[in-house]
Amino acid sequence: MSGKPKLYYFDGRGKMESIRWLLAAAGVEFEEEFLETREQYEKLLQGGSLLFQQVPMVEIDGMRMVQTRAILNYIAAKYNLYGKDLKERALIDMYVGGTDDLMGFILMFPFLSAEDKEKQRTIIVQKATSRYFPVYEKVLKDHGQDFLVGNNFSWADVHLLEAILMVEEKKPDVLSGFPQLQAFKARISSIPTIKKFLEPGSQRKPVPDDKYVETVRRVLCMYYDIKAN
Amino acid sequence: MSGKPKLHYFNGRGRMEPIRWLLAAAGVEFEESFLEKKEDLTKLQKDGSLLFQQVPMVEIDGMKMVQTRAIANYIAMKYNLYGKDLKERALIDMYVEGMSDLSELLMTYGFQPADKKEQHFATMVDKATNRYFPVFEKALKDHGKDFLVGNQLSRADVQLLEIILMAEECKPDILAKFPLLQSFKARISNIPTIKKFLQPGSQRKPPIREEDVAKVMKIFY
Repeated sequence: MSGKPKLYYFDGRGKMESIRWLLAAAGVEFEEEFLETREQYEKLLQGGSLLFQQVPMVEIDGMRMVQTRAILNYIAAKYNLYGKDLKERALIDMYVGGTDDLMGFILMFPFLSAEDKEKQRTIIVQKATSRYFPVYEKVLKDHGQDFLVGNNFSWADVHLLEAILMVEEKKPDVLSGFPQLQAFKARISSIPTIKKFLEPGSQRKPVPDDKYVETVRRVLCMYYDIKAN
Repeated sequence: MSGKPKLHYFNGRGRMEPIRWLLAAAGVEFEESFLEKKEDLTKLQKDGSLLFQQVPMVEIDGMKMVQTRAIANYIAMKYNLYGKDLKERALIDMYVEGMSDLSELLMTYGFQPADKKEQHFATMVDKATNRYFPVFEKALKDHGKDFLVGNQLSRADVQLLEIILMAEECKPDILAKFPLLQSFKARISNIPTIKKFLQPGSQRKPPIREEDVAKVMKIFY
């Protein structure tokens, strides 16, 4: 065993992408095993590797961790990206909760019908610009610091950058009313570990396409229609 | 200000109930302000109390906390219900997140339209008995202690009891195949703070009644 964390998921973003971002931000090298066939998934299930029969699953520090939030909490705490005390953690948790909800609108996007995609795109942009981005814009404006919490780089910053880039993929000028977020985006993107992750050839995954959707459906036998929320 | 945490939500379980359970288990007295109509929510939104315009919101230690997980994490840490180290926390988080998935199914059952209720019920029972309860039955068996993680009460135990009781409300014999969960249920229910919370007159909320669903929906939609 290499000692590096090993990620088990599809070759695509989904729920694993935030974990890739966080590991990358922390400068932690990781391996990946991509699920492509139903047989692979069933093998994992039969081997008892998936506590609740689901992926993401990450082998890390002798554990087979499941549940995205549990994995993220662990990585953040381990690599000192979770604030310096309970109150900073509370703020980070609140902020991450918001960006998680925002990215949740995007998570199901590839699985929607073409018509629902258009509706969902509007919802994503509307939520981003009226509910979520204003909050982070204000936080940054009020304290005037480089990072969201405690004048220190944290999980909240990584997660917000991830969310910003994802929404920009749906509407490139979405940050036009948010000067603080524009500066934030530039600033966080140039942190060396993050800059590296943003370069071609990194383990960052591209915007999900039909092939990704087909793979997920095939592996999970998930052939029902997904409706937007 | 009384110094007690103050919960802002509608007078029902929803997403606030796990927080009520945690505070109660920790022996922390709390106050509640109930949203009854849309204007109550709008007022909170307009005065800037709700970071993302949503409830739950809990006033605690000078903060107006939102996001259920953030609130629960804070309470669990503060009152020593989150394990003794990072590895115990990881295990607790895995269990709690899994339970939250089941809890979501249980919690939304009352809000399903009539034509979806039966399918939803079947899914709930299937997931509870085939995906979630076996995991916790096995965890108790393998761990061989009174609690799910380590050697002391944690939020994982509190939440497991909560979902067991909710599942039993749907199907009273749902624990039939899970002897260790049955004794777990008895054991955790007997902890003084929890026993108190389970008594009539506590701040524990009942399941949503069909006649109240429309009223709750009107607050939010």
